[in-house]
Amino acid sequence: MTLASHFSYWVTVLLLMVGLFIVMARENLIKKLIGLGIFQTAVYLLYIAPGKLIGGVAPIVGGQFAVYSNPLPHVLILTAIVVGVATLALGLALVVRIKEAYGSIDEDEILLMDARDDTSPEPEAKDG
Amino acid sequence: MATGSRSEIILEELTAVVLLTLMGAAAIGMARQRNLYGVVLLSGIYSFLMATVMVVLDAVDVAMTEAAVGAGISTVLLFGAIHLTGGTESKPIHRPWLPLLVVVATGAMLVYGTLGLPAFSDPGAPIHQHVAPRYLTEGPVKTGVPNVVTAVLASYRGFDTLGETFVVFTAGIGVIALLGRRRPRRPLDKSREESKE
Repeated sequence: MTLASHFSYWVTVLLLMVGLFIVMARENLIKKLIGLGIFQTAVYLLYIAPGKLIGGVAPIVGGQFAVYSNPLPHVLILTAIVVGVATLALGLALVVRIKEAYGSIDEDEILLMDARDDTSPEPEAKDG
Repeated sequence: MATGSRSEIILEELTAVVLLTLMGAAAIGMARQRNLYGVVLLSGIYSFLMATVMVVLDAVDVAMTEAAVGAGISTVLLFGAIHLTGGTESKPIHRPWLPLLVVVATGAMLVYGTLGLPAFSDPGAPIHQHVAPRYLTEGPVKTGVPNVVTAVLASYRGFDTLGETFVVFTAGIGVIALLGRRRPRRPLDKSREESKE
């Protein structure tokens, strides 16, 4: 175990943690989605880096090559990228709707408004 | 097993290390930056760096998709959303000590976990032993496609890809349902069904 042999894992962990930190600590909802994106791309790295063989080539089979990198993680991550952008689009649409409804995309402000709504007078008691 | 010369291998590893370090820097920059336009620009840079890393890691199809989708479409979507919602992040009320603690603890555990993983580019690692050799030898013969990634994506895992298009379709419907009909703003209490505990 040396620095070079595990560096890609550690960068992956760093990126995962930066993404997680942004999701947890930043109040802005768009910033949170960007943090989610960082987390997601770190997962791409987690999958693809172990499939690499130094001295190998991209998995496009030709007569003059003998060593190829592993193609399976590439396939899985191709799917993940496309699904990721779909998730991002849906999340941003939700953020835009939240902005229209609350006038803010700051999580603290939104929670404050919700709390104020819950404790406001005129309870309007209709159960069920 | 390595076909490249010694200096080529060192160059390849060095490129990967430099690019990965830059990605880490870009990510930390994104966490610190408060101007959302700056954050989105950084995330575009980050995506292009990721695409370059993918080229170095021999994942050329992933690199192309990441450059087009991650750096292209995502950036456009984010700019559009920021245009609609406003471009700066407010300063947090309190210092984020608890999230920082959680992140550092989780990261330390994950790093501890990586110590048991096989080294980078170890040809004896389990990932290279199971289905990959079969895809590489049989894939081009059975499907007639020299690009093994395409062969697996479209042929071996065709239903997987079909499912993926359903996911994208569903997300598209969701976006249209959320943004398609603009109603006049109503008071919040009437538009929600309150379920009190």
